Amino acid sequence: MKVKKITYALAIAEAIDEEMQRDKNVILLGEDVGRLGGNFKATVGLYEKYGESRVKDTPISENSFTGLGVGAALTGLRPIVEIMFGDFLMLAMDQIGNQAAKIRYMSGGQAKIPLTIRTTLGGGRSSAAQHSQSLQALVCHIPGLKVVTPSSAAEAKGLLKTAIRDDNPVIFFEHKMEYNKTYEVPEEEYTIPFGVANILKEGKDITIVGTSNQALKALQAAEELIKGGISAEIIDPRTLVPLDKNTIINSVKKTGRLLIVDEGYECCGVAGEIAMSILKDVFYYLDVPIERLTTANLPLPFSPVLEFPIIPDEKKIFQKAKEMVIGKEVAKWQNI
Amino acid sequence: MEYKFKSIKSYGLNKEKILKMYQDMLKIRYFENKITDVYSKGLMPGLAHLYIGEEAVAVGTCANLTERDFAVSTHRGHGHLIAQGVDLKKMMAEVLGKEIGYCKGKGGSMHIMDINKGILGANGIVGAGIPIATGSAYSAKIRGTDQVTISFFGEAASNQGTFHESINMAAAWKLPVVYVCENNLYGISVDIRKVTNTKDIATRALAYDIPGVVVDGNDVLEVYRVTKEAVDRARKGEGPSLIECKTYRWKGHNLGDPGRIYRLEEERKEWMKRCPIKTFQERLIKEKIYSEEKLNLIEKNIKEMIREITDFAIKSPYPREEEAYEDLFVEKKGVEAR
Repeated sequence: MKVKKITYALAIAEAIDEEMQRDKNVILLGEDVGRLGGNFKATVGLYEKYGESRVKDTPISENSFTGLGVGAALTGLRPIVEIMFGDFLMLAMDQIGNQAAKIRYMSGGQAKIPLTIRTTLGGGRSSAAQHSQSLQALVCHIPGLKVVTPSSAAEAKGLLKTAIRDDNPVIFFEHKMEYNKTYEVPEEEYTIPFGVANILKEGKDITIVGTSNQALKALQAAEELIKGGISAEIIDPRTLVPLDKNTIINSVKKTGRLLIVDEGYECCGVAGEIAMSILKDVFYYLDVPIERLTTANLPLPFSPVLEFPIIPDEKKIFQKAKEMVIGKEVAKWQNI
Repeated sequence: MEYKFKSIKSYGLNKEKILKMYQDMLKIRYFENKITDVYSKGLMPGLAHLYIGEEAVAVGTCANLTERDFAVSTHRGHGHLIAQGVDLKKMMAEVLGKEIGYCKGKGGSMHIMDINKGILGANGIVGAGIPIATGSAYSAKIRGTDQVTISFFGEAASNQGTFHESINMAAAWKLPVVYVCENNLYGISVDIRKVTNTKDIATRALAYDIPGVVVDGNDVLEVYRVTKEAVDRARKGEGPSLIECKTYRWKGHNLGDPGRIYRLEEERKEWMKRCPIKTFQERLIKEKIYSEEKLNLIEKNIKEMIREITDFAIKSPYPREEEAYEDLFVEKKGVEAR
């Protein structure tokens, strides 16, 4: 397979470009997606290529331009709506949760809403409490929405193309800290199906499920763990709705341990939901209780010395996984 | 509240079109009366918001639309749907929660949709249909069709952020949409005059530099004339308009609300004197466009037809329990089985 090295942001722009070229009904709407090429440079070049009607800079009216996407999706277009920061999803929650998610069901299946809402998650930029949240759990909670949390650039590209072709509303979370990173991405065209988890690394001692770029952080942790003889299996679920439970269940049956890492808040969050949704299938295979690493239930603070300690990262994953495999007391003793 | 009607003939409409408006208003009136009836007999789950008194708004507006145009309705949506010519059997069945209903019993009164007739849904969230209608207009523009979208909403919805956000976009991008505000004076119990400083909602059009027109919402021909101008303008690519139809709901906010605590009886009686159907009937007879006998016969037939479709809906079966688990997603079989 031929690969090229491009940034995560460019992989997103390529996915949109390919889909806009493939289907004239695909349009892009959002704040600064046009001339600027996106606040995170993920829509660069599209305005120049497709013009103002298909790449539309909107006023700062999140709820109504999301609703505009819903109305356009109802009448034959396949809009991609960009909501710059995941935190701003809350401004558009009526159109997302009460409209996009429900119209098909409420109409008895008459309508379809092929709408992709691209937004962001992730802290680590010293952007403080209103520009750093990971609110994937908020939309997972509402039936009728598919929820995607890609890890690398290649994953983001393939999954975004699938999202745009999907006939349902899809909330697509891009990780802010990934946009500028360079990754290997296949040269040829490809898509990645929803509901099929990706096993990034096979292992036998512990299963680590990481959403979004926490899967990559878990992979880094696994490289350290193996030095101490701990073999971790790393799973990227790719999509939270639909969730590929079977891949996780089969892995946990093999390893007997499960750590779930999600940058969302712990309370009523994705990690807790994944754990509970598979518990009855893995209970008798577990050697230790299921554990989770999430962002603490706090508004994200501004100062990096306050922010980083409350967000999961490779070091915390390493430590938690080690404790789960060799026991908390031993792990502590080893650290002295 | 003296109101002077213009002569029907001055509108230059053919007799059939005039008759259809009369019939459509009657269909709405009798449909809504029947809803009150089935509700009081305990045959209807939940509740509904009746359109009685406001018939001229939906009928006068929708008389300008073709089958290819779009309309986005509200929680008080029966009138808009009937005026757009939906299947009354399927509509009544939906209100009763039946399998053959428009939404297979999953939507009920507040969510009836007929996508094939361009009705993009009644909507239970006040003001939420305004951006959806704006999006449908955006879509028509991108797809290069001459389709027009009507966005119906009440005066209370005009105080939602979506009203401002959407009209702002539609005006900036000259979208083919007509915003029709049905000002029936009360948002549930709250008098618009107590929560809004301006006398008219239509004056807000000034802020967006689009036409804003106040019209008597109980005069079907005036509603028709004013919305026609706006629809023509939208179709020609000249952008949106805001039409405010002054009207009144005779009943409470919903079935079960007598609508009396917060309104003066005199006010209600005054508006009832200006019944959009009765006044229109009087004009038709006075101007000798149709005879009283002919109109009475039409009324009798509509009443009978509504009785029949209601009996049919009452007798039709409820959905299977498993139906609750269907229609959440469009799924291509096998692809996402897991």
